[in-house]
Amino acid sequence: MAFPQQTLPLNAAVATPAPRGTQDYRGDHLLVAEMIKPGSKVLDVGCGDGDLLQLLESRGIDGRGIELSREGVNRCVGKGLAVVQGDADTDLINYPDDAFDYVILSQTLQATRQPRVVLENLLRIGRSAIVSFPNFGFWKMRVQLLVGGRMPRTENLPATWYDTPNIHFCTIKDFVVLCDEINVKMERAVALDLYGRPLRLNAPWWFWNMFGEQGVFLLSRASKSAQP
Amino acid sequence: MVNVELVKSPVVRPDERGHEADHPTSLVAGFGMDQPLRLDCGVDLTPFQIAYQTYGTLNADKSNAILVCHALTGDQHVANINPITGKPGWWQTLVGPGKALDTERYFIICSNVLGGCMGSTGPASTNPATGKIWGLDFPVITIPDMVRAQAMLIDSLGIGQLFCVVGGSMGGMQTLQWTAAYPERVFSALAVACSTRHSAQNIAFHELGRQAVMADPDWRGGRYFEEGTHPHRGLGVARMAAHITYLSDAALHRKFGRRMQDRELPTFSFDADFQVESYLRYQGSSFVERFDANSYLYLTRAMDYFDIAADHNGKLAEAFRDTQTRFCLMSFTSDWLFPTAESRDVVHALNAGGVRVSFAEIETDKGHDAFLLDVPEFLDIAGAFLNSAASVRGLPVTGT
Repeated sequence: MAFPQQTLPLNAAVATPAPRGTQDYRGDHLLVAEMIKPGSKVLDVGCGDGDLLQLLESRGIDGRGIELSREGVNRCVGKGLAVVQGDADTDLINYPDDAFDYVILSQTLQATRQPRVVLENLLRIGRSAIVSFPNFGFWKMRVQLLVGGRMPRTENLPATWYDTPNIHFCTIKDFVVLCDEINVKMERAVALDLYGRPLRLNAPWWFWNMFGEQGVFLLSRASKSAQP
Repeated sequence: MVNVELVKSPVVRPDERGHEADHPTSLVAGFGMDQPLRLDCGVDLTPFQIAYQTYGTLNADKSNAILVCHALTGDQHVANINPITGKPGWWQTLVGPGKALDTERYFIICSNVLGGCMGSTGPASTNPATGKIWGLDFPVITIPDMVRAQAMLIDSLGIGQLFCVVGGSMGGMQTLQWTAAYPERVFSALAVACSTRHSAQNIAFHELGRQAVMADPDWRGGRYFEEGTHPHRGLGVARMAAHITYLSDAALHRKFGRRMQDRELPTFSFDADFQVESYLRYQGSSFVERFDANSYLYLTRAMDYFDIAADHNGKLAEAFRDTQTRFCLMSFTSDWLFPTAESRDVVHALNAGGVRVSFAEIETDKGHDAFLLDVPEFLDIAGAFLNSAASVRGLPVTGT
């Protein structure tokens, strides 16, 4: 996956994790958690080892997860999380409309076969969606391709082109265009730097697209009247 | 390596063989004429009894009770020496002090299913109306019937809500039936290697087993007790065929390969030349000594009829809509009797119903039987699921 996997051993003896400080959580996870109202019902698609779900549950949010890898699922279930094995591309269709308040797709969009269909499903299942993804327009990417002439690899995206699960990279700008095309309303957009810190809020889009290592978007369905 | 030839004549006198069915080495809950059990087939079964075992202590507010549901050929002796076989309890990998189903924290109940032959009323029991053994006069029962009988047992113990219902295979079917029939009485449910309906292939294997029993001349139309015979050959073959479905190609290859049994060369006969043959014969012969042939017919039939969706207009999600029960389902990669796809269908239905569900597929070559074996990942996840449910329920958890 896009981020280095934290290997957490299955441990039956520890059901309720020791309280963790915010410094133990990834910056994008903290940002996502902060976007969600307490008491909400949330589906985390591609929940990995369940770190975000644990953070959400610790804040009184009813979290469920889908994860592709069996190892990830089993680690999550081993932490007492409500996680099932599934594929964002094929299994979202099984969820009814409005089943969740929020559906999260964290660092997974670029690994789906049909990002547009997945995005549409997120906003069918959930009243809101939170999508984060690595920005392929990040300056380090551009430099590697421009100067090195090779497919970029970064700290957070270390895989080579031939073994990466990430088959649909996009830039922040690309994503904004897609949202417009499928009539999705952007409630909030934040770009994070390489260390997961938010960039200046008043920065222009081109700046985010150049210096944001990843984008985090809170999306909702555009109102019917706004549709063409 | 076992090397026991098929027992030639395990005929036990009817009075001895029927003893455990009527007078089990267990606790017994009796339900008199004032508490009939209305069966799906329309018959009111009365009187009847349920034999059960308990482990651990029920807490003051009766919130720590776990019901373990046994599989087709299991019984209530989940974590004690079996009085018939003298072997350890069938789920001691999961149930016991410090185990996932921790007898130091939970009150564990396991009952023999209705239709069984270890003390709950079934075809091997004496029909009080006639004074004879029920045999094929016993009404055909279903998984929901078994669960209704268990609910009456739980009522008789004064327990309102079970902290957890746990089961694998046919026990998993009962677990899922519990959540569909009594959602408010099940705080959490752990269903392993099972499904909400029996597949055509599984019905086919059961039919093979039943035909093997009924083709044995000693079956005598089900009246073998009276006739002093026992269809041990037929039941043994049924068990051998079924046992193959509980394993996997890889597991059989790993355990036996093509190795010979106590010989270097083939005997050019139909002896058990291969270890795998000898093993299967042993499985068959040891089974017939502890299990009633008619009970096998009734219980396999109950599994065949099982289809939760059919009871809810064909929509499985309807059966679980807005259930507050916390679910954990598990399947095993090499289980071809209840393959992962079947568990996944159940998970989709639970998700569609907005139910809180965890689902893990465990990688193992041990086949369907994996749920009974020492598979650490399965046992760890079961323990973690119960622990997290316990913390929500306000029960003590391990490690704190």
